[in-house]
Amino acid sequence: MSLGESSTPLGKVRGLGSAREGGDHWLTERVTSIALLLLGVWFVASLLILPSRDLRTIAEWLHDPSGAVPMALLIVIGFKHGLDGMKVVVDDYVHDEGNRFVLNTLFLFLAVGGGALALFALARIALGGGA
Amino acid sequence: MAASIIHRVTGVGLSILGLALLTWWLTAIVSGAETYGRFSKFASSWFGIAILVGLTWAFFQHLLTGMRHLGMDTGQGFELSTSKASALLSFVGSVVLTAALWAYILGVAK
Repeated sequence: MSLGESSTPLGKVRGLGSAREGGDHWLTERVTSIALLLLGVWFVASLLILPSRDLRTIAEWLHDPSGAVPMALLIVIGFKHGLDGMKVVVDDYVHDEGNRFVLNTLFLFLAVGGGALALFALARIALGGGA
Repeated sequence: MAASIIHRVTGVGLSILGLALLTWWLTAIVSGAETYGRFSKFASSWFGIAILVGLTWAFFQHLLTGMRHLGMDTGQGFELSTSKASALLSFVGSVVLTAALWAYILGVAK
């Protein structure tokens, strides 16, 4: 199919369609940002308020649901928001379709892999017997 | 303009460096005293502190410009004067918050 000079403006865009996912992506980014506003402030404030940042104190904090549950949310929502944001950056600045696909896939794997690793570590701390 | 670019740069920094550090920290807690000691040593070295200061600044900056963008999503604050003022406020705010936080941390630690 030729998209050369002979194509009309309509002809050039016809068939490309909309991804139909843009609206969801846009909204998800904003909803997760509000969650991260709360979780991020909670995380920074918690580290400040804890009597110490040594292994024992941190492990006890994350063993308790009051620490483990927000931390699980911070991991999941943090990686999701990071992935959504990186996609916007890649889509905006990487113009070659092949490179864009490679980068988006790389960040997807990094986010899912990193998120799984972080969650698994947290699960060991939260559910393990003692620290 | 500047606020938008800085929002993206800090977002990329937090996504890559921030999440990597968070994951390292969590796996270090699981791995026990020796690995956690290595993390602590890094986090309290001048290089580690520089990175953590940078990340807290990025966090506050991204948070403030993020709130600015959420406001703009509702159609407000687009007048040039308002837009400039809110951008400036986010820059000043992130520096003040970062400075206050680290003054507190380093003051208590010593």
